[in-house]
Amino acid sequence: MDGTDIGLWGVPLAILAGAIRVSTPFIFVSLGEMITERSGRINLGLEGTLVFGAMAAYGTAVMTGSPWLGVLAAMGAGAGFGLIHGFICKFPKVNDIAIGIAMMQFGLGLAFFLGKPFIQPAAPKLPSIPFGGWSSYPQIQAALNINVLFLIGILLAFALSWALRNTRIGLILRVAGDSSDAARAMGLNPDTIRLLATAVGGALAAVGGAYLSLFYPGSWNEGISSGQGLMAVALVIFARWNPLGCLLASLLFGGAGALGPALQSVGVTSGYYLFYAAPYVLTLIIMIATSSPTRSLTGAPAALSLTK
Amino acid sequence: MTADPNSQSLTPTAAWSEDLRPVLEWLARRAEPVAIAFLAVVVGLGVFSVFIAALGKSPLQLFQLMYQGGFGSWFSIQNTLSRAAPLLLTALCVALPARLGLTVIGAEGAVVLGGLAGAAIALPLTSTLSPLPVWVLMGLASMAIGGLWIGLSGFLRHYRGVNETIASLLLAYIAIALMNQLIEGPLRDPASLNKPSTAPLPAEFMLGNMPGMDVHWGFVIGIVACVISYVIIEWTTAGFAARIAGGNMRAAQIQGLPVGRLIVGFTTLAGAFAGLAGMIEVAAVQGSANGSLAAGYGYTGILVAFLARHNPLAIIPVAILLGGIDASGGLIQRRMALPDATVLVLQGTLFIAVLFSETLYGRFKIFNPDLWAAPHSAKGAS
Repeated sequence: MDGTDIGLWGVPLAILAGAIRVSTPFIFVSLGEMITERSGRINLGLEGTLVFGAMAAYGTAVMTGSPWLGVLAAMGAGAGFGLIHGFICKFPKVNDIAIGIAMMQFGLGLAFFLGKPFIQPAAPKLPSIPFGGWSSYPQIQAALNINVLFLIGILLAFALSWALRNTRIGLILRVAGDSSDAARAMGLNPDTIRLLATAVGGALAAVGGAYLSLFYPGSWNEGISSGQGLMAVALVIFARWNPLGCLLASLLFGGAGALGPALQSVGVTSGYYLFYAAPYVLTLIIMIATSSPTRSLTGAPAALSLTK
Repeated sequence: MTADPNSQSLTPTAAWSEDLRPVLEWLARRAEPVAIAFLAVVVGLGVFSVFIAALGKSPLQLFQLMYQGGFGSWFSIQNTLSRAAPLLLTALCVALPARLGLTVIGAEGAVVLGGLAGAAIALPLTSTLSPLPVWVLMGLASMAIGGLWIGLSGFLRHYRGVNETIASLLLAYIAIALMNQLIEGPLRDPASLNKPSTAPLPAEFMLGNMPGMDVHWGFVIGIVACVISYVIIEWTTAGFAARIAGGNMRAAQIQGLPVGRLIVGFTTLAGAFAGLAGMIEVAAVQGSANGSLAAGYGYTGILVAFLARHNPLAIIPVAILLGGIDASGGLIQRRMALPDATVLVLQGTLFIAVLFSETLYGRFKIFNPDLWAAPHSAKGAS
């Protein structure tokens, strides 16, 4: 060993690095979807929001030179998408799952349309903190070069977990998600709560997109997202609508997604594309293992149409 | 779908004669979905016009080009019909389960695997068999794998309680990974360099065009599939049972209907149609199975099915309309210097407008014969 070759240790290290690097968008998008679903509505359109957020963040960062302004722009755009979704779903007989698919198509289309001029220029990247400075191995240094958004995501998960249990807003959100009637009995308007929850969910999903375009992989193109936004729905089910569960599930998915590239880096190239499918297979298996035809999922908001 | 007009008690009104009334009632009920869908499309186009105008382009020119590129000449009509063929089949993949109350959105997976299975089974046989049996085998293979893929979502839904929307979507991603693995590995034609694909079908094994036209046979297959689906849903016992289950799953179960078998059967049939769309793409358009199979037909099919309100016959005109929009994309791109995603934005806008319009059903008195006799009663029911 000459200080740079770490042999097979590269696999777990790459998975760890992948878990940290790939999971950040999952953390934001799943926390956002968790908030929306906790209010009793499902938003399947987060894939579109995420990609549009990536485009908006990149475009803003290119034009202003500030990546943080890019993140803010993405949040604003994401909240806008959430408000549209929430507004439309307020009307009777409108299917929120189908509206989500439509919003996804709309968001993707709009992002590709408006993002065409931003494929070439380079945007300033979001900063990261080199936690691996103690090591002489460049692989470890690279693996522990942790982006600020990852840390914010972890803090956010803990904060949401606390807020859901201990604050008035958390209570209001849970009541709306469990029963529209109970919310009305408390003098609350479930439609307004869901509208706001969908907007917050959209804003968070867009931050996940901003991470994609401004840090990893760190460029804007039409293939920037590989279904992270859609996976959020499955992640939230897996996480049982629990913020800390969302965090753990995101790390697990990030690790699973990094499996293919990690194995490839040590020379295992057969089945490369199948490893791409690992997170989806994982989700499906978990959903099959944990679902039941007779009882609703534990922890699920009762007013959520997905689990009825 | 609509109630039997004759079952209503005939309240005499001064305005219409008694013999004419059933006809008018029938017309009113049939006119509602057409009028509301039309309104939704007009509103969607209006919103899209504002967007285009805000970018400093002329919406009028865009719609003109869209008409020209989709329906303006015999050439463009033929192009439109060819593009509508896969949409007819992927829309059925959404519409059939929807009659049972299921939202299946993973048609893309069945398309991809159907195309791959078609190519995989045809290539070794082209030296021994004549085209017709090869096509039949291709069709059967693609329908089997597509049916298996979507049927699995239905099976998991009924017997494991797994949400079919998510399951079908996950299966679609798994299918695309599976195809990429196979066309990169065991099925790859070494001659395909940058764009991995299977070996091409020999020319005489390509599903040709209909006589005197530049439209491939896939269009006819799609139309036939829509008609078959219509007959199954409207005229057979299974279709009737499915509609009951779609209205109220629990009531259907109490009635003793075989809900599980209905769900698995309808999702399998739906997937078989989407698989067939993949086979047609391979045998009539691409000539080999490659990454172009995942071109989004599965997702546009969702839009077509919702626009057609899950009615197999209504799918035909809607698929042609969207095929036309799709066909005009290139022309819009060239003439107006707009990105190719313009069509995607338009589709998204239309989709949202159409889903939004669901809320309008039953709100207009003119479409609801039950309210005709009492002009001063409150607004529409529900």
